[in-house]
Amino acid sequence: MILLAFAVMTLALPLAASADPLEVKVGVLRIEHSRETISIVDIPPADDFIAGAKMAMADNNTTGKFLDQSFTVEDIKLAPDDDPIAAARTLLDKGVRYLIADLPADALLKVADAAKDEGALVFNAGAPDDSLREQDCRANVIHTAPSRSMLADGLAQYLIWKQWKKWFLVVGSHPEDVALGEAYERSAKKFGAKIVEKRVFEDTGGGRRSDSGVVQTQRQMPVFTQNAPAYDVLVAADENEVFAGYLPYRTWDPRPVVGSGGLRPTSWDPSHEMWGAVQLQNRFQRMFHRSMNARDNQAWVAMRMIGDAVNRAKTADVKAVRALMLSPDFQVAGFKGVALTLRPWNLQLRQPILLTDGRGTVSVSPQEGFLHQVSELDTLGFDQPETKCKLD
Amino acid sequence: MQARLTLRAFALAAVSLYAWPSLANTAFVSNEKGNSISVIDTATLEVRKTVKVGQRPRGIALSKDDSELFVCLGDDDTIQIIDTKTMTVAGELPSGPDPEQLRVSPDGTLVFIANENDALLTAIDVKTRQVVTQFPVGVEPEGVAVSPDGAMVVATSETTSMAHLIDWGTKTIVANILVPPRPRFAEFTPDGSELWVSSEVGGKISVIDPVKKAITRTIGFDVPGLRKEEIQPVGIRFTSDGKLGFVALGPANRVAVIDGKTKAVLKYLLVGQRVWHLALTPDDKLLFATNGVSNDVSVIDVAALKVLKSIAVGSYPWGVAITRQ
Repeated sequence: MILLAFAVMTLALPLAASADPLEVKVGVLRIEHSRETISIVDIPPADDFIAGAKMAMADNNTTGKFLDQSFTVEDIKLAPDDDPIAAARTLLDKGVRYLIADLPADALLKVADAAKDEGALVFNAGAPDDSLREQDCRANVIHTAPSRSMLADGLAQYLIWKQWKKWFLVVGSHPEDVALGEAYERSAKKFGAKIVEKRVFEDTGGGRRSDSGVVQTQRQMPVFTQNAPAYDVLVAADENEVFAGYLPYRTWDPRPVVGSGGLRPTSWDPSHEMWGAVQLQNRFQRMFHRSMNARDNQAWVAMRMIGDAVNRAKTADVKAVRALMLSPDFQVAGFKGVALTLRPWNLQLRQPILLTDGRGTVSVSPQEGFLHQVSELDTLGFDQPETKCKLD
Repeated sequence: MQARLTLRAFALAAVSLYAWPSLANTAFVSNEKGNSISVIDTATLEVRKTVKVGQRPRGIALSKDDSELFVCLGDDDTIQIIDTKTMTVAGELPSGPDPEQLRVSPDGTLVFIANENDALLTAIDVKTRQVVTQFPVGVEPEGVAVSPDGAMVVATSETTSMAHLIDWGTKTIVANILVPPRPRFAEFTPDGSELWVSSEVGGKISVIDPVKKAITRTIGFDVPGLRKEEIQPVGIRFTSDGKLGFVALGPANRVAVIDGKTKAVLKYLLVGQRVWHLALTPDDKLLFATNGVSNDVSVIDVAALKVLKSIAVGSYPWGVAITRQ
């Protein structure tokens, strides 16, 4: 105890207090995600997403205390009927120039355009829509969330490596599922897999919890997957948690399930522990008494990018920070084995895709042998030559 | 074969006073997943034995007189002390949670250790086995270095991306130097005039002037045919005359050889997969490199700058220490 007191005293001595203290205000805008998840393990906690930003804030402030910089986070959680633009304005009016968002694509675009008028930078740490990175891209929106095409390509490379090339694609009936299904179809074409059949699983409504056991699911899933042509693997596209989680071990044919159930491509998973990730998981667990999910991680990465750029640029000026983030020397340490950098043509963060069964990281894409002239990370998702993005 | 014969000849000439029943030095290699230490004879280049230790051994260092080996046990939250004569556990040091790297002070009295979970640098008295000082540093401190005169202690913090320079006389932090992302290792040149810090994610070495407390030079690496992301420098060592610096480049599977004066990269030596850490024999003739993924140690002939041999060790080799006596 005496030792600690002594240590704190030494730290309190002025170190390099050169300029005025710099305070960086960051706003977090997030929607409430559905509690209707197939597994209760995946029910979004109350501090979903914001917890990641808060931990990165603490990380940034530890560095900041050596540089006379401090970081704060203001959190706005939106109910389904709340107006995202009004919420964004509240933050912008308070002088917030960095927004970290977990919003659907249309709301994100509206917020981005409102932020543009104020010279603010938005981090899309939630929406996976490729349109946001392509035809609807914005010069003031940086994407830390991987796109659907990146996730699909990450999984597809592994399936090709595994020689599981015949896919039975099952797609949900929601627009997000359709978009994800299209991403898988594109990946199949890109890497040489064959979709032997595409089947739609209609969402007929209803809850996820039941006191009556698994009887119905156990009968329903085998029948639903019956009479498929010979296939190696069932690829499920189900972003709304309607059926994919029920498929493993219940398919008519004994085949692995991948995609939205079984082996899932993701930016992060609570079970990921390689490359020092266990330290991040431990810190998160200690602060929030739960494990870090993909949304938390995407928010953490965004907040760390802000911190790292402000630390190095020694200013919170949005133009200077954005320019630094876009330089090839701006490398984000994300505990995924390699440095993460921004694709300058659409501001998507390059990142490896983890393939997880929720118990551990099964593999990480890009897979060996998928080569690229610039970065192998650019074998994931839409690449520069095919981009529809024009940044103004 | 010629190289092997020369090697044996030199080893026989270098008569050691060390009590280990051999004429040579001993290299100790920690096996991160094997939970063991491989003991290698530096003359025969063979594994003499493999000793079980606690969970997740990584950073290892020898006491000044080589009588004790300190082993960081990440998953046991302690540093185990191994008696190098008997290779049995002789005690523990109170490292705090998840110790990864450590350094012994030049006079042999203190062990410095970075506590990643608590953002602290801890100094432990080797004799009393008690914590004597703790410093708050950046997030996830890992690399620890001590200047040759013992006056300056350095901790590098991975997430904060800083080298924290501590004046050990006044026990104050005198500088916090921002370096490229994820600094993992720090090493002073033998004359103490430079501090080199490796940034694993940034892919660079920062050369720091400890007097001016500023980066004077940044060394980058460019291995033909390799992606930039694969170049992840970690371990650094210098020959005792400071003329050559060696840097382990992680998944690039290379050890870079750097001219100590001009800082030019002279050569990339192809070693095993995911090279972590390095150690030189006291005569500077051999450099040992641990290859984390290929479960072996590469032995490099320093004069010829050639890889002589690959020695199979335990599972996921990480740290390496070689007796000095």
